[in-house]
Amino acid sequence: MSPSVPLQEMIRAIRSARTQCEERGVIQRECAAIRAQFRQADNGGRSHNLAKLLYVHMLGYPAHFGQMECVRMIASPRYSEKRVGYLGAMMLLDEKQDASLLITNSIKNDLSHSNQYVQSLALCTLACMGSAEMCRDLAPEIDRLLRASNSYIKKKAALCAVHIVRKVHDLGELFAPAARSLLAEKNHGVLHGAVVLIIELCERNPETLERFRKTVPDLVQIMKGLVLSGYSPEHDVAGISDPFLQVRILRLLRILGHNNEGASDAMNDLLAQVATNTDSTKTVGNAVLYETVLTVLDIKSESGLRVLAVNILGRFLLNNDRNIRYIAMTSLQKIVGTDHNAVQRHRGTIVDCLKDQDASVKRRALELSLALVSASNVRSMMKELLLFLSSCPAELKAHAASGIFNAAERYAPSQRWHIDTILHVLTTAGGDVRDETVPNLIQLITNASELHCYTVHKLYRALLTDISQQSLVQVACWCIGEYGDLLLRGECQETEAVQVTEDDVLDALETVLQSHMSSPTRITDNVDRIRSIVSIYGSCIDVELQQRAVEYNALFKKYDHMSLFPPPVCGFPQVCDLLDLLGGSEETLQPSPAVGAPAPGLLINTASTAGGDLLDLLGVLEPAPLAPGVTLRHTHTHTHTHTHTHTHTHTPQSDTGLTVTLTASNSTDSDISSFTLQAAVPKLYLSLAGPFLAASHYIKSFLLQVNLKMRVRISYTSQGSAFQDTVQIDSFPGLDAAGQ
Amino acid sequence: MIKAILIFNNHGKPRLSKFYEHYNEDTEQQIIRETFHLVSKRDENVCNFLEGGMLIGGSDYKLIYRHYATLYFVFCVDSSESELGILDLIQVFVETLDKCFENVCELDLIFHVDKVHNILAEMVMGGMVLETNMNEIITQVDAQNKMEKSEVTSVLA
Repeated sequence: MSPSVPLQEMIRAIRSARTQCEERGVIQRECAAIRAQFRQADNGGRSHNLAKLLYVHMLGYPAHFGQMECVRMIASPRYSEKRVGYLGAMMLLDEKQDASLLITNSIKNDLSHSNQYVQSLALCTLACMGSAEMCRDLAPEIDRLLRASNSYIKKKAALCAVHIVRKVHDLGELFAPAARSLLAEKNHGVLHGAVVLIIELCERNPETLERFRKTVPDLVQIMKGLVLSGYSPEHDVAGISDPFLQVRILRLLRILGHNNEGASDAMNDLLAQVATNTDSTKTVGNAVLYETVLTVLDIKSESGLRVLAVNILGRFLLNNDRNIRYIAMTSLQKIVGTDHNAVQRHRGTIVDCLKDQDASVKRRALELSLALVSASNVRSMMKELLLFLSSCPAELKAHAASGIFNAAERYAPSQRWHIDTILHVLTTAGGDVRDETVPNLIQLITNASELHCYTVHKLYRALLTDISQQSLVQVACWCIGEYGDLLLRGECQETEAVQVTEDDVLDALETVLQSHMSSPTRITDNVDRIRSIVSIYGSCIDVELQQRAVEYNALFKKYDHMSLFPPPVCGFPQVCDLLDLLGGSEETLQPSPAVGAPAPGLLINTASTAGGDLLDLLGVLEPAPLAPGVTLRHTHTHTHTHTHTHTHTHTPQSDTGLTVTLTASNSTDSDISSFTLQAAVPKLYLSLAGPFLAASHYIKSFLLQVNLKMRVRISYTSQGSAFQDTVQIDSFPGLDAAGQ
Repeated sequence: MIKAILIFNNHGKPRLSKFYEHYNEDTEQQIIRETFHLVSKRDENVCNFLEGGMLIGGSDYKLIYRHYATLYFVFCVDSSESELGILDLIQVFVETLDKCFENVCELDLIFHVDKVHNILAEMVMGGMVLETNMNEIITQVDAQNKMEKSEVTSVLA
């Protein structure tokens, strides 16, 4: 076996690949070698192989075959192998895989290992991917480590306990006493871990929260030590002593002081101290200040302190650093419900942030601005918001539009203003408006009865300018349909009079329909709505409008039919058979791609020329001159002792087609069975299979619409013999030579 | 809680990916790609917080990132973490890497990704911040490396 290539060499090989394909090749070769190595006995280079596999995994290539190797490595006595094994377990295993159960025992053993670094590996892995069973199994062990070990292990055990509590909620009770005693530790890492654990316990269980309220004085003491102590080189970060710990403790204080007078009182002074003493020129200072402000605003603090907190946020809003502005707005959002007036004071700055280039800042500003709209400022706020809407990033448009609608609905000073605002939104961002808003808008317009004239005029004008915004088109079309008479009347008090004729309106609607017809994706959503609008016109008094509406409705019906059922093509076996039949005949008939009709029945809707253009269809609907009913009689006599006659009559059914009726009669005195009638015309083809023709009975066969010629074939069985007869009809009296 | 820590370069090539919640391999790669896409669109002087991203969590999660030369360091966190605090944590992480590798550059991360994992393991555990003191972190990492080295030599001896 070739010696295993160390990790660096493999990385170099992968990086030297010039294309993705080459890289894949290198990796596949390496993986194959790694696989082979895994199967071998221990050769001293096992950790290298697994490390390589983990690298490959990071790049996105499959590495599941390394799972068992991880299990083996974790069980190894060598630290280097354990290390890679545990890392692999965290990357490749999760509690859903069976292999993860196998490492439970190793973890258990390693937790009591003499070497603290081995213990730490086990703790780390348990905290990352420990399943509920593993957690339950090992919880007592963790509790033991929380009480009696060095600070390195204690801090890790604390976070491990957090994970256990998240997985198995009841175990919180187990860790509470240990967590309490950890607050007496001096080591900051341990303190930090303890605070995180206590936060988790309090958030899960209100009773535990009650008990931990007693620790508030201790926490205050710790904080005081951090804030007021002199320079401590060990914990100093830019002049602040362990800002991470301060932030963490402040968060715990927030949870403990929330809705509780006593606890809030106990921390009041401290919070004031932190708020005033913390240096806000660096990010670390701001992090602590920010957390303090959040705590002040979330507990039952004195009003003076609250004002101080909101002012700090106000200062943050004016900070040059965008990060600070961002988090200031995030926190203002949290208190805009409870301290509305305080936040209102900063409205100007917030509205300015709408114009910031940063998309994240814009998003925060939008949320906050929408929350700040009130009856007194709605006009000016809406102006700003509408301005924002016209230039805002695409991902915020829908949210902004619906926010504006909500605000407008709640605080609109007048109906006309309301409608104007809506129109503005529809024209600016109509495409991003949510679907539910359209019916709401229609409701609103209906209710504003004095403004129907104004609304319809404005909507019509908007429609003329731009038909690309879907919701605008929907509302406009509906409105024109409802109040079209007001539009045509021309006069309108609220806006300048425009002479609008019916043709103009129809043209506008037609443009809309055509643009929507041509885009196939839209048709299914809109066609029903447009249909309902068009059908309104169907009962319109104006004849031309009515006719157009009826035509459109017919169009829709056709389109419906075609989109719902696949157009019948010449793929039906029965159709092809018939074609063959016809093809065998000696008489020439233009071979045309016959199109089969739907299932044989008595009445066939032959107007469906499948696959043809919609507009073609309209072309078919042309009047053709026809003479009144003429009867053709073809009599066929057979050498046998029976005759049957079939007659063709055609009657002008409508001025759009020709109806031919074939009547067959059996004048013999024996039954005819398996009577089949087949008719073919150049463009249309259908078949009827009749079962039984009783003696001396007539059957009326079928109706069809034809063009020119027709060939008819009849076959039947009589007295045990089969008969077949073919007749070609070349002319239909009444149709002139050129007429179709 | 921290849901994921990602380091990738200006072209989106992952240099470190640590997930504190389990996703399958394809989803992990998708998350990396999507995060890169979101983060690379950002200008240089905008804020370091990003909302959005379908794959990682819902509205409670945000991306906090820092751009150093050719690398993006991205932490995906929920509201239980202080945003400014995480920004500082990223700073501590990078400074620690700098100390451990002596003027760290991208190549160091590429060829010693396992060491980067070991350093990170001393700072964040199970999605929670473990240790933020740079000296403490470095002390522990050095001790573990020494142990590993001594083991190798004893095997070879």
